[in-house]
Amino acid sequence: MNWFWYASPQTFFPLAGTIARACAVLAALLTVVGLYIGFFVAPTDAQQGEAYRIIFIHVPAAWMSMFIYVVMAFWAALGLAFNTRLSSMMASALAPTGALFTFIALWTGSLWGKPTWGTYWVWDARLTSELILLFLYLGFLALQAAIEDPRRADRAGALLAIVGVVNVPIIYYSVQWWNTLHQGASVSLKSSPKMAATMLAGMLVMAFAFWFYAIAVSMLRVRCIIREREA
Amino acid sequence: MLEALDLVCERGGRTLFRGLSLALNRGELLRIAGANGRGKTSLLRILCGLLAPSAGEVRWNGSPIASLREEFSRQLVYLGHAAALKDDLTGFENLRVMWLLAGKGMPVSGDALTEALHRLDVPMSSPVKKLSQGQRRRVLLARLVLSEAQPLWLLDEPFAALDVAAARIIEELVAAQVARGGMVIYTSHQDSRMAGREIHLDA
Amino acid sequence: MLDVLRGLLYRDLLLAFRQRSDVATALLFFVIVASLFPLGVGAEPNLLRAIAPGVIWVAALLSSLLSLGRLFAADHADGTLEQMLLGASPLGVVVAAKTFAHWLISGFPMVLIAPAIALQYDMPASLYGVLALSLLLGTPVLSLIGAIGAALTLGLRGGGVLLALLVLPLYVPVLIMGAGAVEMASAGMGGQGQLLLLGAMLVVAAAFAPWAIAAALRISSE
Repeated sequence: MNWFWYASPQTFFPLAGTIARACAVLAALLTVVGLYIGFFVAPTDAQQGEAYRIIFIHVPAAWMSMFIYVVMAFWAALGLAFNTRLSSMMASALAPTGALFTFIALWTGSLWGKPTWGTYWVWDARLTSELILLFLYLGFLALQAAIEDPRRADRAGALLAIVGVVNVPIIYYSVQWWNTLHQGASVSLKSSPKMAATMLAGMLVMAFAFWFYAIAVSMLRVRCIIREREA
Repeated sequence: MLEALDLVCERGGRTLFRGLSLALNRGELLRIAGANGRGKTSLLRILCGLLAPSAGEVRWNGSPIASLREEFSRQLVYLGHAAALKDDLTGFENLRVMWLLAGKGMPVSGDALTEALHRLDVPMSSPVKKLSQGQRRRVLLARLVLSEAQPLWLLDEPFAALDVAAARIIEELVAAQVARGGMVIYTSHQDSRMAGREIHLDA
Repeated sequence: MLDVLRGLLYRDLLLAFRQRSDVATALLFFVIVASLFPLGVGAEPNLLRAIAPGVIWVAALLSSLLSLGRLFAADHADGTLEQMLLGASPLGVVVAAKTFAHWLISGFPMVLIAPAIALQYDMPASLYGVLALSLLLGTPVLSLIGAIGAALTLGLRGGGVLLALLVLPLYVPVLIMGAGAVEMASAGMGGQGQLLLLGAMLVVAAAFAPWAIAAALRISSE
């Protein structure tokens, strides 16, 4: 099969639609299964009671937010290196979904904080890193929105994404270290309940559900971008 | 020898031109003609490597300029629309920077630069912001005087804002360059007295 | 190549000298921002001593952001940037020269002014050395990373704010290590680790940022 056949936006357009439909169905099914496991099957936590159940959304969303950033940087780098329009369109299509998952991770993290630690926001290492990741996503979206010429927008965004993805580990470890320095405020969302097998299963199922959702939505978005640009 | 193969240029959603090919040999003069907005400047920028075409490629002596990078830039002089002069520096200081950027090392005594500015009647020690528009263009002409070593000259609307005397100087410089075996490409939407090939970007 | 470096450095310094007020304004901003915090949080000495490293570093970050607008914008507007793109030297070299000049004008003076601000915050004099050293290592990194953002946002509307959004998240590690070094020193634990990390960041930035900046300039000039 000639993979490069699908590198043209016009030929990819119908394929994207098919993928979107299939993944949407899968996402819906997995979400139902995942939430069922999360809310009904997984046992009540000894320390945190029922409130911990939000991790079934919080943790998969956080995983997805980081995963999507890497994938986005990958497509952007491909677009920059090989000058392929579709790769850059994929990167642009993924960014809003990545930002959404980052926001969900932050929001659910905040909701978790309230019943567990008494405050809506804790400056723990993971949440702070998620916050910075959100800024990185928003920066990417803002840069692309500010540039009129689509070619320059693609390439500038790609460079920013690459610089970002290289910096993400550095930012993560700096924030980790910063968190240990300021012990006073540290309540860590890392002290999650000991993982029963069912809890892990629930989180994994939700992670896959979010993954298929992300694919479905990005496919739809890339179709919109193709329509906008190639018309 | 400069070749352009099947160039396509898209700017702001419009296709300015497609399938454009040209070849320029030593000792040739080319004028790019066309009304405003037809892509003359874009074509010139594609030819010197500032702008990448949407399709097609430009070659210098057989090699694509994208892979030649500095080797190619070293051989050309590009005078664009913008004056490319720092307002707060004098004409001499501006020329010195351009001389450096062209890879000619630190000017040993500055004599060549001074001479060029004298020839074009430009005040030496006033900051450029105090010069008139015509005098600023003359500083750029001084740069051309110093560019005998560069075989390719790309000039965007060189006659703009010039008085008759300065226009004649350009024509002399261009003729000398062509006679030396250099190549000159210039854009102009007005008909020019200089003899040479023309390509028209219209329709 | 050395000629080009020297020549461009001289040119940028000469230009900055002829527009002295612009340069002075950014440094004044550094001082003003740092002076605002006591007005906002109260002048209780223990509190000020505790927040001093962070405040000075944040002020340095913001001041650096402000001055980045000047790095390429003027050259882009009058067409001299194009000439640099078409120059005979690799663009990375040209960019390194300009960024170094920018740091000399905007970053290095902050290293010299910082102890005066530290005085306002009643920071013990023993910490001045670490503070200055952290800024000495950190401000070039800020210039280098910021230059990438400045190159990407050349000529865009909403430029300054957009630049801030792009660059501030990338500044976070420098801020954490810089302020952290001083805090560690004030807790008696030296701070060498953080300074070494800053040094490492500087080395990596100096090695890789010029090429990223050059690529960004090409992308923005098309």
